[in-house]
Amino acid sequence: MSLSRNILLGGLLCLCVVAAALISFLWTPFDITQMDIPNKLQKPSATHWFGTDHFGRDIFSMIMVGARTSLAVALVAVGIGMGLGVPLGLWAAANSGSWLDELIMRGNDLIFAFPSLVIAILITAILGPGAVNAILAIGIFNIPVFARLTRAGALPLWQRDFILAARVAGKSRARISAEHILPNVANLLIVQGTIQFSLGILAEAGLSYVGLGAQPPTPSWGRMLADAQTMVSFAPHLALIPGLAIIASVLGLNLLGDGLRDHLDPKIWVMRT
Amino acid sequence: MSLLSVQNLSLSIGPLPILKDVTFSIAPGEILAVTGESGSGKSMTALAVMQLLPDSAQTTGHIMLRDEELTAQSEKSLCAMRGNCIGMVFQEPMTALNPLHTIGQQVVETIRMHAVMPKAEAEAQAAAMLTRVGLPQDRFPLSRYPHELSGGQRQRVVIAMAIARRPRLLIADEPTTALDVTTQAKILDLLKDLVAEYDMGLLMITHDLAVVADMADRIVVMRKGEVVEQGDTKHLLANMQHPYTKALFKASGHQVDLPSAKDGTPAILSVRDAVRDYALPRTQLFAPRAYHRAVKGVSFDIHHGERVGLVGESGCGKSTLTRAILGLEPLQDGSITAFGAPVGPDMPATSRIKTQVVFQDPYSSFNPRHRVACILTEPFHLVDTPPTGDALTQVISDVLTDVGLQPSDSQKYIHEFSGGQRQRIAIARALITKPELIIFDEAVSALDVSIRAQILDLIAELSRRHNLAYLFISHDLSVVRSVTDRVLVMQNGEIVEQGETEKVFTAPQHPYTQALINAAPVLPDLAALTSQTETSHDSA
Amino acid sequence: MLRYTLKRALSLGLSLVVASLVIFFVIEVVPGDPASFMLGLNAQPDTIAALRSELGLDVSKLERYLVWVGGMLQGDFGTSYTYSTPVTEMIGDRIWVSLPLALYALTLSTLIAFPAGIYAASRRGKPGDMAVMGATQLGIAVPNFWFAMMLVLIFAINLRWFSAGGFAGWDKGAAAAMKSLTLPAIALALPQSAILARVMRSALLDVLGEDFMRTARAKGLTRRQALMRHGLRNAMIPVLTIIGMQFSFLLAGAIIIEQVFFLPGLGRLIFQSISARDLIVVESVVMLLVFLVILVTFLVDLAYAAVDPRLRSRT
Repeated sequence: MSLSRNILLGGLLCLCVVAAALISFLWTPFDITQMDIPNKLQKPSATHWFGTDHFGRDIFSMIMVGARTSLAVALVAVGIGMGLGVPLGLWAAANSGSWLDELIMRGNDLIFAFPSLVIAILITAILGPGAVNAILAIGIFNIPVFARLTRAGALPLWQRDFILAARVAGKSRARISAEHILPNVANLLIVQGTIQFSLGILAEAGLSYVGLGAQPPTPSWGRMLADAQTMVSFAPHLALIPGLAIIASVLGLNLLGDGLRDHLDPKIWVMRT
Repeated sequence: MSLLSVQNLSLSIGPLPILKDVTFSIAPGEILAVTGESGSGKSMTALAVMQLLPDSAQTTGHIMLRDEELTAQSEKSLCAMRGNCIGMVFQEPMTALNPLHTIGQQVVETIRMHAVMPKAEAEAQAAAMLTRVGLPQDRFPLSRYPHELSGGQRQRVVIAMAIARRPRLLIADEPTTALDVTTQAKILDLLKDLVAEYDMGLLMITHDLAVVADMADRIVVMRKGEVVEQGDTKHLLANMQHPYTKALFKASGHQVDLPSAKDGTPAILSVRDAVRDYALPRTQLFAPRAYHRAVKGVSFDIHHGERVGLVGESGCGKSTLTRAILGLEPLQDGSITAFGAPVGPDMPATSRIKTQVVFQDPYSSFNPRHRVACILTEPFHLVDTPPTGDALTQVISDVLTDVGLQPSDSQKYIHEFSGGQRQRIAIARALITKPELIIFDEAVSALDVSIRAQILDLIAELSRRHNLAYLFISHDLSVVRSVTDRVLVMQNGEIVEQGETEKVFTAPQHPYTQALINAAPVLPDLAALTSQTETSHDSA
Repeated sequence: MLRYTLKRALSLGLSLVVASLVIFFVIEVVPGDPASFMLGLNAQPDTIAALRSELGLDVSKLERYLVWVGGMLQGDFGTSYTYSTPVTEMIGDRIWVSLPLALYALTLSTLIAFPAGIYAASRRGKPGDMAVMGATQLGIAVPNFWFAMMLVLIFAINLRWFSAGGFAGWDKGAAAAMKSLTLPAIALALPQSAILARVMRSALLDVLGEDFMRTARAKGLTRRQALMRHGLRNAMIPVLTIIGMQFSFLLAGAIIIEQVFFLPGLGRLIFQSISARDLIVVESVVMLLVFLVILVTFLVDLAYAAVDPRLRSRT
């Protein structure tokens, strides 16, 4: 089966961002810890592809290193959300209607009342700012997202005859969840995973921008934007480029998610028609 | 001059041909039934007449309503005709109505769509129409919402909507397939009366040949998009020409060759005063939960090698009872014993081996991600030392051969099989642990008649070969009659009558059983029909 | 309907209680105790002790929680340690920036998303649909604060149509105040409207596949009439859910956007309080935000019932 345009374009964009992040561990065009005041605020040129910032640091290199922060925060946050949310969702669906289900779902609703920014504010107020805050805040907010999705995907499956057949075969609810339910909701989770990943990158940028995320000297796209704000009138490229980097990665992930949704065996969900 | 005349209608969706050279006509006051199995194109024919085809559909040929060519009409004039000159009734009354609008609004909408009149007048007309279809205003005011009505009542609303403008042509696409037999009989009577009263033409699409024989003035038999045979009902039934028509009617009235029942065998399943309650959703947070009693003190036995039928309409508690017998849900009172051991959710795995199940829907009975071998061997979870290696391969081959499939099928995925083949796989899964009792839960209800006949033969054959006992649950009386020795009739959670199948069917004692049997449409005796000529047929 | 409302109201109350407990205990687990945390490492023991008694830290946790909640119920959010001003007063000044901004953005987002979503759904698969979907795909990917900076660059710095930041204040007239909220509201609304338009489109497409849409066509309704009369209201249920969730994103987003435009809203207050370690303000503002989100959830629940008769009659 040929891959759709969405998957190819999205995959390409994601690949670029991931490659930039990985290569930055080994090599960047310039050392970003090195200030070069004489060459500050240069426009993009052959030497500095994306120009330099107010300390004369190479923006291209900072974008590469910043990709690391964005990806790491979003990846771990999605990991937290999936790692806790999926089992909770499976558990709730397997015991749907019970007080346990009720408790899990009400807990989810409660977390939804705390937007990740608010969680970040609370954590920062106590522990001080840092990238870990961002991870925790975004991760906690992701838990109910995955729990709800998993439960919503699993509930109709529990009504299906093949689950009844497995129960007639004496299998426990936990085992049925692992053996029959999880593989059949995996596609949903993969698609939602890419979307939450992209939302994670956006949220990390926002938190770093207001100073609740990664702290200097760790480069991050959101911080670069915050630094650029006062200089936007005379050095617009400082603001433009990190923004475009964020857009490229989020767009890439969303396209990939859309493409995967269409690609990953839709038969299973529309089988009855 | 005919009311509707379809001439050489061909239709394709993309590269896929759906209809080929379909020709038929309907006169005013006439009921024409278009029948055939799934994939025959009968529903697409109805949609073509409504001109409500998918955008990608390409049609050639003519559809004439009186002297108007429907295929040449603009969308605007088609909209003016739909609902006004042609009304349509659909299969699924549960989803055919907008859940957010009252039934009054929905009938009024048809009326005011095609006639300029004050709202009050349209409402009066709607009320009259709803009363006419059997929904009197004192009990079913216009302000009712669809979710407050039963399936049969909703179908009456759909009919009221379709005929509110007294259309010349009514199209009914499987109008009673989703309904219970007693409701079906009432809806069919209503349609018949309306056709006579308004002198409408009725184009009725149905797969049920008994309904066809009972309702239609003329019959069109379709197969794979083509009309294979058509004619006056009585004449066609008596003089079938096409082999497909003959096969279809034969399969529809199929009688399986059931091995004779043995007397005096021990009971393997005993249900005693079984009671099963369902908790209803809480209406108030701290109020005690309300319960619905789905099964109210049911008792019966199934003996070794005995074939028992369980009939009843939807909501009678038969599914609930099935789950209790399978030990999936606990009883609130009474007991179920199978093979000497109590049945319940906590029963040991080994007690489950001897009772297996085949479900209705061949499409949802299997995990789509597993291969057939994996699906078949799932019940081995119940066995302490399941076979492995060559022994396992042998068991799988044997059981596949037993149900008429190939051993090589074990490596395929489920989507590679047709509905009938899937039901064979479901039976193979039930057989693999060599059970003595199988529950068939509406196991042939989703199948076309010809496939259904084959599966019923298979069930009879397996019962002979393995001396199997089974509980055959179905809403279809004719099927139950043909494959069981004894039958239980269930209504509102109670078994109202039980006895030898033939006795119950020929001389039902309980009024409910009598109502069920009277309501069920019956295929006329074709042999008798063929020998008769031009004498009136007594269908009672 | 009354029973449904009461049930939702009860759930609203419960959520508020649990949320307040969570916030209270999160603040309680700060290293040391709130007093020493707020005063920092170099504080004199007697200053700490003074603050401890001022904060009421010498009584039990339960008592302190009840005092806090009881105060809030009477509109008393305590006194800011840094500014020695009642928190209620500080919030009162600033909420009239943040809340109108979020509502302004929600209105804009809805006004853009509804027509766009309906248009795309009615042109499914055609160029018009592709164009709208492409635009929304891009819209979702744009961080709102970056978009805000670009708006400032174009409309304030280059074109000089708007001021680059600051708030005119409501006392200068509603028009002036709204004008200073316009760029921030656009920055907030556009990315959200992209999401909402996609939800609207897919909800409509789902509804288009329903049997009752075919029934409507069989009655003689045109595609457009069927979409507007039967499709739209049925599609509102998923759309309402998203509108409700968007409010909390917009409120949180408003906090960030206020930084771009130097608006004197809750965002400014909260970041100042965090750097000043003024836990009393942080705690109260967070509680207020959570209260608003839960309140909107409640309103969305009521809106469901207004749309769907099945909910009204069920419980």
